[in-house]
Amino acid sequence: MTNYSESPYTLGSIDEAVACCAPKPQLKVRALSVSYGDRRVLETVSMDIYRGCITALIGPSGCGKTSLLTSINRLTDMLPSARVEGSVCFEGQEILDTTVDTLRLRRRIGMIFQKPNPFPISIRRNLELPLREHGVRKRSERASRAEQALRDVGLWEEVKERLDSSALSLSGGQQQRLCIARALVLEPEILLMDEPCSALDPISSAVVEELILRLRGRYTIVIVTHNLAQAKRVANYAGFFWMTERVGKLIEFGQCQRLFDTPAHALTQAYVDGVRG
Amino acid sequence: MLMILSKVSSLSRWNIDRTLAPLLRMAGMMCAAVLILIVLFLLREAWPLLGNGGWVNLFSDDGWYPLEGLYGLLPMLAVSLAVMLGAIMLAGPVGLGCALFLQFYAPPGLRKSFRLLLSLLAGMPSVVLGLWGLTVLVPIIALWQPPGPSLLAAIAVLTLMIVPTMALAGAAALSAVPADLVSGAAALGMSAKSRLLYVVIPAARHGILSGVLMSMARALGETMVLLMVSGNVVQYPHGLFDPVRALTANIALEMAYATGTHRAGLFASGLFLTLLVLVLAWLAARSVRYD
Ligand SMILES: Nc1ncnc2c1ncn2[C@@H]1O[C@H](COP(=O)(O)OP(=O)(O)O)[C@@H](O)[C@H]1O
Ligand SMILES: [Mg+2]
Repeated sequence: MTNYSESPYTLGSIDEAVACCAPKPQLKVRALSVSYGDRRVLETVSMDIYRGCITALIGPSGCGKTSLLTSINRLTDMLPSARVEGSVCFEGQEILDTTVDTLRLRRRIGMIFQKPNPFPISIRRNLELPLREHGVRKRSERASRAEQALRDVGLWEEVKERLDSSALSLSGGQQQRLCIARALVLEPEILLMDEPCSALDPISSAVVEELILRLRGRYTIVIVTHNLAQAKRVANYAGFFWMTERVGKLIEFGQCQRLFDTPAHALTQAYVDGVRG
Repeated sequence: MLMILSKVSSLSRWNIDRTLAPLLRMAGMMCAAVLILIVLFLLREAWPLLGNGGWVNLFSDDGWYPLEGLYGLLPMLAVSLAVMLGAIMLAGPVGLGCALFLQFYAPPGLRKSFRLLLSLLAGMPSVVLGLWGLTVLVPIIALWQPPGPSLLAAIAVLTLMIVPTMALAGAAALSAVPADLVSGAAALGMSAKSRLLYVVIPAARHGILSGVLMSMARALGETMVLLMVSGNVVQYPHGLFDPVRALTANIALEMAYATGTHRAGLFASGLFLTLLVLVLAWLAARSVRYD
């Protein structure tokens, strides 16, 4: 019996094959470096983030993955010691430019954190707060957009009876999905997810993972994960980070399956094997 | 080796639990017992007036004329409540403003000295504040609207007294707000002002409320300041410039010579104040628990 799912291999590496629809880079990261005070934690990272695709960032803790994400939405501005150099181009606009309106930028680039961080107010207000902040004045529009976001993350049926109870009364997995809904309600173009499942139990983690897969195509997603199996399941592209002399570097970047199956770099090979074995 | 170590430590923990826990429990029970005993004592001393339905007179008598056997607490209760509410309405916003400044706007160097200043003010003996009120504030009010000693003077000095309490409690509540809530709000494109107003303050609301209630209890129980600046005339407060007498001040003024039912009436006022403060303290504790 022929296994058709294996067939691309007979045609050579998937990276070299002609894609049926060529992915377009939406974010171009070039020579990005991040330092905190005198300490450089991430050095000269260059990569493209493709529109509508899921890009997974893997690598050990402390190699600067979170710092990379927070540079992209300029959350690094909140830390006085953080300094970001290089360039991140988002649809032709330089993100790192000091004149960029960061509040608008962050509306277009949402972020999900490792630990679910719903605001300790009602579920409804969690969703309406960002809308109101971005000038959605009509109550009915806020309500319908909140409902849509909750439906998108599969939370509507679970919470529609208790929209006015505290968001903290939800389970961890529900809280994380609420946070995703809270980001989606602003209709962002890119979602940055920093280990979104690592604080969740396996079942909630699977639910969130399935949700991430459903978002593919509609949103551009960059996800940091320590779960290599998860990265393989969800991602189209993957980047592997590693620390040399306490400075994080992007070692290898490419199509996810290629990176896992035939890593070009010995370090990638060792990491993928090591965690697997 | 490790196993032995962990054995030893668990053994010693066991010992500590065995000896410390009963001691702590005893200390806790003693506190509760003292509180109950105080309330019982107040109840017993006030009984000559409260018993046989006499407590109704505390609320129905037309004013406080102990020599004529009239023990109406309401005018003085109204003053106590008015002073408390007036002070908290002024000190609440100012204290919260100080807390926000301390937590989010003060440059690091100033923050330290500002916090120190607030702690000093919070610990300032109330008699000193009263002295200041009596010698500085009251004459100013007298120039403006005689006689000077008044509800307004009492509210002003009490406000000064509880602003630091409010500010320190508020700052503690604000600093307890997890940083990831702030980053979460920032990641949604919320401005610094909205982050404070709609995320940080709501997240700290229980702690702030508990500070408000604690300050209210402090204002309600304050005696010396009221004695010194409020004028001590028993009457319903009709205006801010009226000289008035609060329940606490009344006890302090008359305790020395009161006998019989008069004395019982003072104890009844004390009982009443204690119960009010207890309710406030209980509300404060409850609001923290729901954090
Ligand atoms: N706010 C900060 N101030 C100083 N150092 C920081 C800060 N945030 C992160 N770091 C340091 O930067 C390095 C990279 O951190 P991070 O980006 O969180 O890595 P990762 O997400 O891959 O674990 C770590 O060594 C960490 O100690
Ligand atoms: Mg991280």
